[in-house]
Amino acid sequence: MADIRNNFVGIKSPNPFWLASAPPTDKAYNVIRAFRAGWGGVVWKTLGEEGPPVVNVNGPRYGAIWGADRRLLGLNNIELITDRDLQVNLREIKQVKMDWPDRAIVVSLMVPCEEHAWKAILPVVEETGADGIELNFGCPHGMSERGMGAAVGQVPEYIEMVVRWCKANTRMPVITKLTPNITDIRKPARAALAGGTDAVSLINTINSITGVNLDSFAPEPTIDGKGSHGGYCGPAVKPIAMNMVAEIARDPETHGLPISGIGGITTWRDAAEFMALGAGNVQVCTAAMTYGFKIVQEMIAGLENWMDEKGHASLADIVGRATPNVTDWQYLNLNYVAKAHIDQEACIKCGRCHIACEDTSHQAITSMVDGKRHFEVIEAECVGCNLCVNVCPVENCITMEPLAAGVMDQRTGRPVSPVYANWTTHPNNPMAKVAAE
Amino acid sequence: MATGHFKQGIAGGRLSPEQYADNFSDLHPPLDHHEALVESDRCYFCYDAPCMNACPTSIDIPLFIRQISTGNPIGSARTIFDQNILGGMCARVCPTETLCEEVCVREVAEGKPVQIGRLQRYATDAAMVENKQFYPRAAPTGKTVAVVGAGPAGLAAAHRLARHGHDVTILEARPKAGGLNEYGIAAYKSIDNFAQAEVDYIISIGGIDIQNGKALGRDYQLSDLTRNYDAVFLGMGLGGVNALRADGEDAQGVTNAVEFIAELRQASDLASLPVGRRVVVIGGGMTAIDAAVQSKLLGAEEVTICYRRGQEHMNASEFEQDLAAANGVTIRHWLQPKRVIAEGGKVSGIELEYTAMDGEKLVGTGERLTLTADQVFKAIGQSFVPAALNGSGALLALEAGRIKVDAEGRTSLPNVWAGGDCIYGGDDLTVSAVAQGRDAAESIHRALTSNGRA
Repeated sequence: MADIRNNFVGIKSPNPFWLASAPPTDKAYNVIRAFRAGWGGVVWKTLGEEGPPVVNVNGPRYGAIWGADRRLLGLNNIELITDRDLQVNLREIKQVKMDWPDRAIVVSLMVPCEEHAWKAILPVVEETGADGIELNFGCPHGMSERGMGAAVGQVPEYIEMVVRWCKANTRMPVITKLTPNITDIRKPARAALAGGTDAVSLINTINSITGVNLDSFAPEPTIDGKGSHGGYCGPAVKPIAMNMVAEIARDPETHGLPISGIGGITTWRDAAEFMALGAGNVQVCTAAMTYGFKIVQEMIAGLENWMDEKGHASLADIVGRATPNVTDWQYLNLNYVAKAHIDQEACIKCGRCHIACEDTSHQAITSMVDGKRHFEVIEAECVGCNLCVNVCPVENCITMEPLAAGVMDQRTGRPVSPVYANWTTHPNNPMAKVAAE
Repeated sequence: MATGHFKQGIAGGRLSPEQYADNFSDLHPPLDHHEALVESDRCYFCYDAPCMNACPTSIDIPLFIRQISTGNPIGSARTIFDQNILGGMCARVCPTETLCEEVCVREVAEGKPVQIGRLQRYATDAAMVENKQFYPRAAPTGKTVAVVGAGPAGLAAAHRLARHGHDVTILEARPKAGGLNEYGIAAYKSIDNFAQAEVDYIISIGGIDIQNGKALGRDYQLSDLTRNYDAVFLGMGLGGVNALRADGEDAQGVTNAVEFIAELRQASDLASLPVGRRVVVIGGGMTAIDAAVQSKLLGAEEVTICYRRGQEHMNASEFEQDLAAANGVTIRHWLQPKRVIAEGGKVSGIELEYTAMDGEKLVGTGERLTLTADQVFKAIGQSFVPAALNGSGALLALEAGRIKVDAEGRTSLPNVWAGGDCIYGGDDLTVSAVAQGRDAAESIHRALTSNGRA
């Protein structure tokens, strides 16, 4: 049986599935329910400084996009950090940690960008016995207008400064949570590392408007006729999050920096993909908010089953395994040739591959052969773009078949070269490292 | 005294009012908003879609379904009505399982086609409830067209002619318009007086005058029409019912299925409608199924369809056969009627002979079977009655007993077009009649506006 116990910067949990800092982790009641359901850890919803608690709008606080059967694909929110009293939160954290010593409890924090504010809160959190802290530099709405959250996360110098304050003032591991609302995720990650962070977690939510009401002409969610951009999350953001995780994992400056992966993780497979790209564990929110805490049972069983099937003994066997295969475009093999192939047995003759190719691509799929409705790849036209595979409604009906070295590529009229050759050496590249002959 | 199911003979009041209401409720209840969104999302928006090619009226099915999925049911209805102004009724009565849904790639892939008929109903209902009229009439042409028969073919022709600015007079023999939509379809396929609502929706365009109680050959002659109108469209359907060719078929209790179905549709109180305790239906088409199922729903204890060939030869679709079976109707094959048995002039049973194929020919085997019955329905097809066309000037050419037309619906007489069940070469479907009426109207329009140029 695969061992899925997790040790993330010294924080131990029975599995790598944590609940992200968000409404599901706002109070003891929810967190206890999560632990009963089997979650390995939680990042407690962000605490602010001592004083009058923040005020949320009454609502609506969420917007969403859906598939046709109302399957929730993307969620956005305009909720702020916890609006409960700091002392109540601290008392609950302490009690829950005492009652659930084998689970990870990390406390998310967001206080003004001044050292005294951080110096004030760190000891009281430490006193709860929590396993670590996560610095919320990502919240993109409300708090950022007050110079916190994403307002810090978008300035690498601030990140470095605050992380340094925290490292100087607590023995707890520091996880720096990054905002995706920047142009290059490597810059804030490098800054966090420079400040001495133990890990980064990403992504926080993405600035978004989920919809516009076409009767009132107001963005949704609409509060008394107005709307504000919210933070976008859920399955729709997973590809964006995975790219950012991979960027940090493969950046020579941050390579090896522990990453807690966040962004649309809904199933064990999503989690495994994040971990393969370099995440040491994962955090989940939207999936739990959509289906309840029970989903973790599928995640645990699914991950274990896959690891057993593939012979991966522990998480160390999978974390980062895909990272070396993420590269720059310029290093992709330009001599690799694959052609689409349509399995005629599986084809249901919807014709979507044909019209996609005919209207928008390379005119490489027939619609009629010998007077019959028939969809077949014209190899002499197929560039192997994979569009037909993606629009085909039948799984594995269209596949990309690589051409072996030496086989004639009917499109170019040249045999497939066995030699790896990329853009850096290509004769058409004026910057080529090796001059064309 | 036996009551309910067990009343002897042909009797009404076999069920409670609640049972009647329940039995004759909507066969396919309408999709609600969410169901329509989910179902419309199943459509793959196929290229050169097989469903569209299978539709006799060539409705752009992928487009209208996509319009439903994007929250535009009214636009969707227009896509449907562009091709088929009776899209509402066709959504209810089309044998979709042998047309669009049979070739749906989802049927091919998983045996569960997109429910095109129900989606079509969703869209057309949305527009008709609002009486949303999409087609303004063109400027008046001053031309007049007579349409014989207010059935699907005649209504489709009239609407298209009215759109083009011609003035249309429909002459209908029955008291109500609608043709088989009003008189010939099982009640549970068209509830809430839908056929009349559809007629009203169609004639809202203006320029269509329906005159009821006007039968060709009785109240006027074809020559009157050709003399008084610029063009004539014949869409009078089939007036005759084929005989059983069995001894004693004039016994009391032997009924034409089409008349029974018409009577049922017009009945204001289903309990007043008498039906036998043991019913035998002779035939293998939709009419046989409609009569049999409705007999059962009216409270007959035992209903048996006897068809002279095998299951695979039945004109009734597999869906219709399953519907009959689900309602407790027994379907028996390879049996032909030989003799109606009567007691005191009333049906008491029917004697049938087993049949078999002798090469290409159907023959009786000599073996006989007697079924107890107090009512026998004849549902072995209808025929065109050409008598009304005769004796009024030039003779209209027929083919295999029905009116001969060319690809545009032109008959052998100048200025006379025809469509629907009365022409040769159709498949006796509502949707085909609509296509023929529509296309004949276009042909008439071309003829009337060409100023003599062909």
